[in-house]
This record gives sequence, C-alpha cells and structure tokens, in this order.
Amino acid sequence: MRNVYFDHSATTPVHPKVAEEMCRYLGENSGNPSSFHSPGRIARKTVETAREKVAAILGARPDEIVFTAGGTESVNMAVMGAARARRKKGNHIITSAVEHQASLYTCEALEKEGFTLTVLPVDRYGLVSADQVREAITGQTVLINIIHAQNEVGTIEPVEEIGALAREKGIPFHTDACHSVGRLPVDVNKLGVDLMSFAAHKFNGPLGAGGLYIRKGTRWERLMYGGSQENRRRVGTENVPAILGMGLALELAVADMEKSAAYFTVLRDRLVNGVLSTIPNCILTGHPSIRLPNLASFCFEFVEGESILLSLDGRKIAVSSGSACTSRLLEPSHVLLAMGVPVDVAQSSIRVSLGLGNTEEDVDYFLAELPPIIERLRAMSPLFGCEDEECSEGEDCFACTAKR
Amino acid sequence: MYSEKVMDHFNNPRNVGMIPDADGVGQVGNPTCGDIMKIYLKIKDNVIEDIKFKTFGCGAAVATSSMVTELVKGMSLDEAMNVSNQMVAEALDGLPPQKMHCSNLAADALHAAIENYRRKEAGK
Repeated sequence: MRNVYFDHSATTPVHPKVAEEMCRYLGENSGNPSSFHSPGRIARKTVETAREKVAAILGARPDEIVFTAGGTESVNMAVMGAARARRKKGNHIITSAVEHQASLYTCEALEKEGFTLTVLPVDRYGLVSADQVREAITGQTVLINIIHAQNEVGTIEPVEEIGALAREKGIPFHTDACHSVGRLPVDVNKLGVDLMSFAAHKFNGPLGAGGLYIRKGTRWERLMYGGSQENRRRVGTENVPAILGMGLALELAVADMEKSAAYFTVLRDRLVNGVLSTIPNCILTGHPSIRLPNLASFCFEFVEGESILLSLDGRKIAVSSGSACTSRLLEPSHVLLAMGVPVDVAQSSIRVSLGLGNTEEDVDYFLAELPPIIERLRAMSPLFGCEDEECSEGEDCFACTAKR
Repeated sequence: MYSEKVMDHFNNPRNVGMIPDADGVGQVGNPTCGDIMKIYLKIKDNVIEDIKFKTFGCGAAVATSSMVTELVKGMSLDEAMNVSNQMVAEALDGLPPQKMHCSNLAADALHAAIENYRRKEAGK
C-alpha cells in the first residue's frame, strides 16, 4: 500500500537539507547567542544570518524580523501588541470571519479588555473585500487584521488592496501569512502590511519556529518580560537550530517556488477534477481560482468528515477534516459556516493539502481510494438513501437516484 | 486516540442497514453536533430479535452504534433499557473524553426505538 501524506497545511516534513543543517549545528555548537564567548558568538552569528536571509526574502529589514516559537505566538503578539499600544487612540479592531483560531480568539480576548470588534462577513468563496474594510473603519479603529491565505479552504484574501487602504488611512495592518509565506511570493512592502506572522513548519522548516514582521515605526507593545533577546520584543533564549532551519527552509522554498507552485497546481487540479467528476453531491470549498496552489477542500454530503479521515487513514492517506469532531468544539468549521455552507454539509469537510514529495501517482491513488469510502459511509448514513420502497418521485428523488 | 476495538467496529461495523418492516425505530442527534443515529428493531415476545443501525457521524459514533447493536441483540426489552451509553463506551475499551458527550448516543437511540415500539404496542 502507498503511504500518502496530504496534510501539508497541518505541517510539512522537514526538508532533508534543513534537517541535515540543524543536526550539524546541534552536533557542533551549544552556545547561547547572548554569551560573549566564542560558542556564543557562533550562535549569535547563526541567528543573525538567518534573520538577514528571512528579511531579504520578505522585503523587510533584519531588525524588523522577530523570531518566535510559531505562528500562533506571532499572531498573538501582533494582534495584542498592536491593539494595546494604540489603546489611547481608540478601541476598534476590524477582522474577518475566516481567520485562524489564533487570530479569532486573540481578538475575542481583546474584547474583554474593552476593544470592540467588527468581524467582516465573507462571500461564498471566503473572500472579504477592501471595500468592506473601508466601510468598517471608524475614528476609533486601531488595527486591521485579515488573513492572507485562508488555512482551511485556501482562498487568498485581497491583502494588497487592504494594505493600500490601511496605508491611506494610517491604520496598522496585520496579516496572518502562515499559509502563504514559502508558497506564494510575499513581500511586506508590496502587501502593505505593518505586521505579518509566519511559521517555519508550514514550509518544510522545523516545528517550534516562527516569525513576526514588525514594520519600523509601528507602535507595538510586548507581551513577555525577561532578558533582552530580539530587542526585548520576544524574550527568552533563541531556539538557534530551529531559527537556522527556518532560514534555510525559506530560502529553499523560495528558490523553488515558481516551479513547485506550477507543479502543485497541476496536481491539485487533477485531484479536484477527479473528485468532482466521480463523486456526486460533493462541492469544492473556497475560491475556484484565487486559492493556494497546493490546497483543495471538499464537502461530501451525507457523511461526516472524521469518518472519511479515518477511512482514508486506513488506506494510508493522511488528510484533515473541518468537522466538529476534529475541532474539539461541538461546532463544525467557523470558516465554512461563514461562507454559507449549511451546518450538516460543513460537517462533511475534508482538506487535502499537497507538498514536497507528492506525485501524480499519489493523486491517482487518492482518486481510486476515495469513491468506495464515500460510498460505504453514505450507505451507512441515515441522511442518505430513500427508505420509501414505493417512492413515487422517481428521478426527482435524489436518494433514489443516487442509490443506484 | 481511539482504542483498537473502536477502530474495529468503525472499520467493520456490525448490523449496518435498515429493517423495512421494523417494529420500532429510534433516532437521536442532530447535524450541528455532527452525529445522527438511527436504530431499527424487530421484536418478538419482548425480545430483540433483530437490530440494525444507520449512523452519520465520526468514528466514535459509528463504533458505539455498532457496539450497542451487538450488545443487545437477543436481550429482553427491559434488559436493553438498562444498557447505558457508559456501558457501550466501556465495551469499546473507552472513548476519548471529548467524544463522551457528542458521539456516545447509541444507547439513547436504542431506548428511543424501544419506546417507539412500546408506544405503538400501547396504541394497538
């Protein structure tokens, strides 16, 4: 049986060259970058070299890049730090209904501190518009917070337009770019962002390493107190091997970006077309074209997402699901609901995300394994299949026709 | 996350399907929480002669449905009424904590089916 990993939006395998470099470093050096002796200086140089690399790729200055332990931490720091720093100027935050939980819950936590929230609705593809943001701006607005590439459905938000608007109005703008950095060309000046979050493990770097871009001059308040690391913006001894790994991983991802985006687009389209043409009552969620090249997300009516995930896992295919059962809440994906997907259909979502090492054969294996799984689960579902043996609706009865 | 027994019942569910001329049918759950279980009963002399289920839901939902059908087949209705969700979960070597509330409803569906049968009988 093939082993197919189709969950690269959850996390990616570490690039072999990155693993090699990190292991080499761990074997050779153990200095603290804040120490003045030689091992410390080597560690410092390793961190600063990575910072220069990351900054250059993102169009930033090295001192505008703060290393963190991951995307969620970066988002928390960005949203809380920027909002609190401008508390005296106002208390209004604009965000969207399709943010990652890291953003969503951070904004909700700020509500308890007295901030008010405008959560912009999205269209059926999960898109917000710059016009919506413009209309939501008040004299009290202190932060605009909109995700770049949506993590569940892959829709790419019009961040450049929103950035230009934020510039025009002089309001700080944070984007959660965890799913775009390393996959799409990302330049902080082109996007017009003041703060931007990203995570190494989404682009074949190590877990536990992330970054936050803070444009020079942006008013921002730190969340943690301690030493003087990262210019006091993120204190605590730097995770040197992970930072080294992140720098190299981003460099490798960007060097290969155009080629891999084209490759994944072909695979993704093959997968999408294959699924939609073989399985009835199935929808592709997210924007049909303004989307990440490596991500496809579907809803399969009448079956529940986790049961599809487990069945695929039994065939050694790893995907993820947006159903309530995987969210640990008793609700399906807030993203799908915001897009107007009915609650029972939203329970049937599966996200397939491609990455390093995936091939056309993997896609074809998936396309061969999925239909019988859906068929089996539908046969078991009380929502599927007409139980009226003398049903008179004939072709009009979906349950009757689909059963054949 | 799931025990081997849960995975076995998920992958090879017992008594899946429907009984066209069922004596009692019970359904619990709703699509919001992601689980709907429907149980069909064939009753003879107050004993569960046949039982089938259809379930929309996660691995735990399917496994608990399958397990409850296996547990109560051949039981008297009074005995079956004493089978609880907890007993079903234990028979599966336990369920992850977050699944105990949302997906462990199979005994409720069984009880609803028995009550449906008893109501029908009382009306005869």
